[in-house]
Amino acid sequence: MSVFKHHAKIETNVFFLAVGILLTVIVGGLVEVVPLFTIESTIEKVDGVRPYSPLEQAGRDIYVREGCYNCHSQMIRPFKDEVERYGHYSLAAESKYDHPFQWSSKRTGPDLARVGGKYTNDWHTRHLINPRDVVPESIMPGYPHLMRPLDTSKIAGNMTALKVVGVPYTDEQIKNAVANLKEQASLEATADSAVVQAYPKAKVGDFDGNPQVVSEMDALVAYLQVLGTMVDFTTVDHTKIQR
Amino acid sequence: MSTNTDATAYNEDVVKKFVLAAIFWGVVGFLAGDFIAWQLAFPALNLDLEWTTFGRLRPVHTSAVIFAFGGNILFCTSLYVVQRTCRASLFGGSGFGTFVFWSFQAMIVAAALTYVLGFSQGQEYAEPEWWVDLWLTVNWVCYLIIFAGTIMKRKEPHIYVANWFFFAMILTVAMLHLGNNLAVPAGFFGGDWMKSYNIFGGVQNAMTQWWYGHNAVGFFLTAGFLGIMYYFVPKRAERPVYSYRLSIVHFWALIFLYIWAGPHHLHYTALPDWAQTLGATFSVMLWMPSWGGMINGLMTLSGAWDKLRTDPVMRFLVSSVAFYGMSTFEGPMMSIKAVNSLSHYTDWTIGHVHSGALGWVAFVSFGALYYLVPKLWGRKEVYSLKLVGLHFWVATIGIVLYITAMWISGIMQGLMWRAYDNLGFLQYSFIETVEAMHPYYVIRATGGLLFVLGALIMVYNFIKTIKGDVAEEAMQPSTAGAR
Repeated sequence: MSVFKHHAKIETNVFFLAVGILLTVIVGGLVEVVPLFTIESTIEKVDGVRPYSPLEQAGRDIYVREGCYNCHSQMIRPFKDEVERYGHYSLAAESKYDHPFQWSSKRTGPDLARVGGKYTNDWHTRHLINPRDVVPESIMPGYPHLMRPLDTSKIAGNMTALKVVGVPYTDEQIKNAVANLKEQASLEATADSAVVQAYPKAKVGDFDGNPQVVSEMDALVAYLQVLGTMVDFTTVDHTKIQR
Repeated sequence: MSTNTDATAYNEDVVKKFVLAAIFWGVVGFLAGDFIAWQLAFPALNLDLEWTTFGRLRPVHTSAVIFAFGGNILFCTSLYVVQRTCRASLFGGSGFGTFVFWSFQAMIVAAALTYVLGFSQGQEYAEPEWWVDLWLTVNWVCYLIIFAGTIMKRKEPHIYVANWFFFAMILTVAMLHLGNNLAVPAGFFGGDWMKSYNIFGGVQNAMTQWWYGHNAVGFFLTAGFLGIMYYFVPKRAERPVYSYRLSIVHFWALIFLYIWAGPHHLHYTALPDWAQTLGATFSVMLWMPSWGGMINGLMTLSGAWDKLRTDPVMRFLVSSVAFYGMSTFEGPMMSIKAVNSLSHYTDWTIGHVHSGALGWVAFVSFGALYYLVPKLWGRKEVYSLKLVGLHFWVATIGIVLYITAMWISGIMQGLMWRAYDNLGFLQYSFIETVEAMHPYYVIRATGGLLFVLGALIMVYNFIKTIKGDVAEEAMQPSTAGAR
């Protein structure tokens, strides 16, 4: 067959071979990735999804650092059993400010997409220090080191970098990052506090049982407690999010 | 044999270094994997230290086996094969090759250390932070220059088929690595210098990640290792490749189709349906070129099948191709959405990956190493072929334990998650499904231990081979063929 005869041109010239390979392997990615930026329905139009507060984002960075995604998903699939076990199936909109996404591919532990509000702060803290204190059969590692103080010196810079990649933080939010962070983890904070004005629905208070110190535990629990709570599904037009 | 008939001096010292590094990182990576497998069975092994938790060690395992073991295997085999099949010494010579060698090893150490210390991009198989990514990019460009440069120096008119696969692997991995690691270092904006944020978020990040992630499998662990198959199977069998035309179809179909398969990691997620369906469709189509390649590898043994009985090195090579066939059937099946709805998030995926990684990637690597070490160190054969046979069986039993345990635990957990009692309630709490996994985690870790043990047998065999020892059994005239 002539096709095979012509192949000699490619297999005797390293440039033709390189160009052939690159043209062949580039197609699939272009077709699958580019439309995700151009098709408007890719990310559902729902209210409530906001950038993470400085404390939540610091907690998210810890979540990434500890590799929680190796065992926990944050993506509820639209099946009856999953919706009953975890809550409303996840929307693309709910992770639109997640850099990187943490949908994960394994559930050695349960899905965390809507873990926010399901357990108390105290439960989370005890569970993270030694999971077997609250769930005897758990195989999760303990994270006692999270009780150390949180480094807050980089959070404003980190938020600026997130702004560069598209998270819509305002200059005001970045300027107040450390103040907002400390306020969110303080006992004095209320639903009227500046941090809640800037980040609606943010959970406030001392998360880890030690109000003297803003710890990594405070940050991680604050993050866990906001997961899946931003969208109020009672107000969502369900015809717009059907899959 | 350091020279061929034309007396082309090959740069074998560089190849030797990569061989030794591959063996070293193989053992490290297998040990790390087995350790984290035991952690899942006995969580006290996490030691309550931040550096030794499963979450930080799993990337150490995956990077060590894929990039350190697999990477060094690809370096040593491709740089050996490209010289022999082109009848040319390495472009850039020993010095350039040695530079790439040390730079690559140092980068591996840096990646592993950063994971343990808690620096991670948080994307599977792409965990290294931005500066390690840049370092890898430099290594990879140097690798491309050496490889392509050697091809350009060739004295053979044609580029041998194994080199097409190596070349496609190098180019595509470069594209994937750059595309998936487009991240902004926070340090430039007053943030943490050890932290970066991917420019893509949410659903778009999910798609680019699995475009990358699946093709780390497709190109790093498949196309590259098919290059190994296309050289070492015919060499060891002393038969030509079964079909040249099939090689051409296999090559272009495989590299075209693989790229599309990524979305099957995102079935029923918030990724749009059209992308999921495309991913599933191409994944099923991928079965065909995969088996085309398997047939091309296996049929190369036509007329030499007796070697499977007499040569344990051939047994590794042939079994690897058989495992390749098995996992490239299982993969397309699991990418069908109905099957995936059960298998996703469970150990079935882990079992599938390991039937490919242990059965295909590691076995074809062992076969190639058993071929290469005596050749490179100027020995007639390895120290003991009997020990090669022992390694084969210990490792095979290990793999069988591993993948059957994961099939059972994965399918069982998937079914338990969706089970309802007759009052219409979910039958099992999540933690009950975790408890049910325990015996299978023990079996899996035991299988992994056997696999490590097999690798240690190989290490012993190689130490003896390099020292120049010959086992007693090899000094006797072979009776195997006379039977």
